[in-house]
Amino acid sequence: MIGENGPFSLSGKKILITGASSGIGRSCAIECSKLGAALIITGRNSERLEETMAMLSGYGHLFKALDLNDGDATSGFISDISNLDGVVYCAGIQKTCPSKLIQRADIEAVFETNFFSIANINSLLLKKKKLNKGASIVFISSTAAGIVAESGNAVYSASKGAITSFAKVLALELSHQKIRVNCILPAMVKTPLLETISVDKEQLELDEKRYPFGYGSPEDVAYAVIYLLSHAAKWVTGTNLLLDGGLTLR
Amino acid sequence: MELQDFVKKFADQFDNTDPEEITASTRYQELEEWSSLTILVVITFVTTEYGKAVTGAELRSCETVEDLYNLIATK
Ligand SMILES: NC(=O)c1ccc[n+]([C@@H]2O[C@H](COP(=O)([O-])OP(=O)(O)OC[C@H]3O[C@@H](n4cnc5c(N)ncnc54)[C@H](OP(=O)(O)O)[C@@H]3O)[C@@H](O)[C@H]2O)c1
Repeated sequence: MIGENGPFSLSGKKILITGASSGIGRSCAIECSKLGAALIITGRNSERLEETMAMLSGYGHLFKALDLNDGDATSGFISDISNLDGVVYCAGIQKTCPSKLIQRADIEAVFETNFFSIANINSLLLKKKKLNKGASIVFISSTAAGIVAESGNAVYSASKGAITSFAKVLALELSHQKIRVNCILPAMVKTPLLETISVDKEQLELDEKRYPFGYGSPEDVAYAVIYLLSHAAKWVTGTNLLLDGGLTLR
Repeated sequence: MELQDFVKKFADQFDNTDPEEITASTRYQELEEWSSLTILVVITFVTTEYGKAVTGAELRSCETVEDLYNLIATK
């Protein structure tokens, strides 16, 4: 099933993963490489990208340190890469702030990274015809996108709602090229991002008790990404795959 | 930063508590309005107003508004 020729194989596929210097993106890179994908990975921090590179199986992988909010650099980067069979948008930031204290700069920062830059790379990939027929695009959205409300999460939630809605329309527009577009909506996953949520350890431990299966691991998300990138999901587009360890069962 | 001014601004963060009720000696965690949301509000208020980071654990470790003021003052 999982081997070189099974339905979940990524062998021979070229896949771009953003946010691969940490957390979910790094785990996606590692797991996709085990299934035979050739990867192009990005993030801003080149040291941590190189760490990810060292964890990859197989060969033919490339990395590029790049701030995706830098439009010119991103455009140059997309021009330089070869055609892709998959894209995984993992780069994202979190900012916790109660609604009444939100400042415009916070909204701009979160939307810049979590929505504007992603929509921008996506257009660049399409305009420069970098996506092969049958390619698969996966957005890492969140249960924050209108499924679960958490105090202090309004701006982040709005940015993830934006990406989820964006993906739906993209799925329709790209269907005639047989390109599939899907979102994954994880609840809390144990990554360095949790440290930027300005609650403390004890509160996180309490929060995790609400999950029948506890918080997720980055691999839990990576395996769902693999499914959506692979031939196994050839009939799946425009969907939102909820990964929440049972949080929303009641 | 000055204690009376801090108390006034701290009191202003609450929406369902009479500001008069909050003084330097108020045990703020005993206020009816105290919750995980007010914790977030106070953390954000301290960051934006004073450029200092306090954690939820620190907020829980202080008793009175003055204790919190002293904690922030030493940061
Ligand atoms: N952890 C969770 O509980 C959770 C739940 C639901 C959804 N998500 C989503 O999953 C995605 C990955 O999160 P994570 O938990 O793995 O976070 P993480 O460990 O903080 O990783 C975030 C990644 O995004 C990259 N990044 C951020 N800003 C960037 C920019 N301007 N340009 C290029 N790269 C940038 C970071 O790279 P550098 O630091 O090297 O720039 C890093 O590789 C995010 O979209 C997040 O919203 C996370």
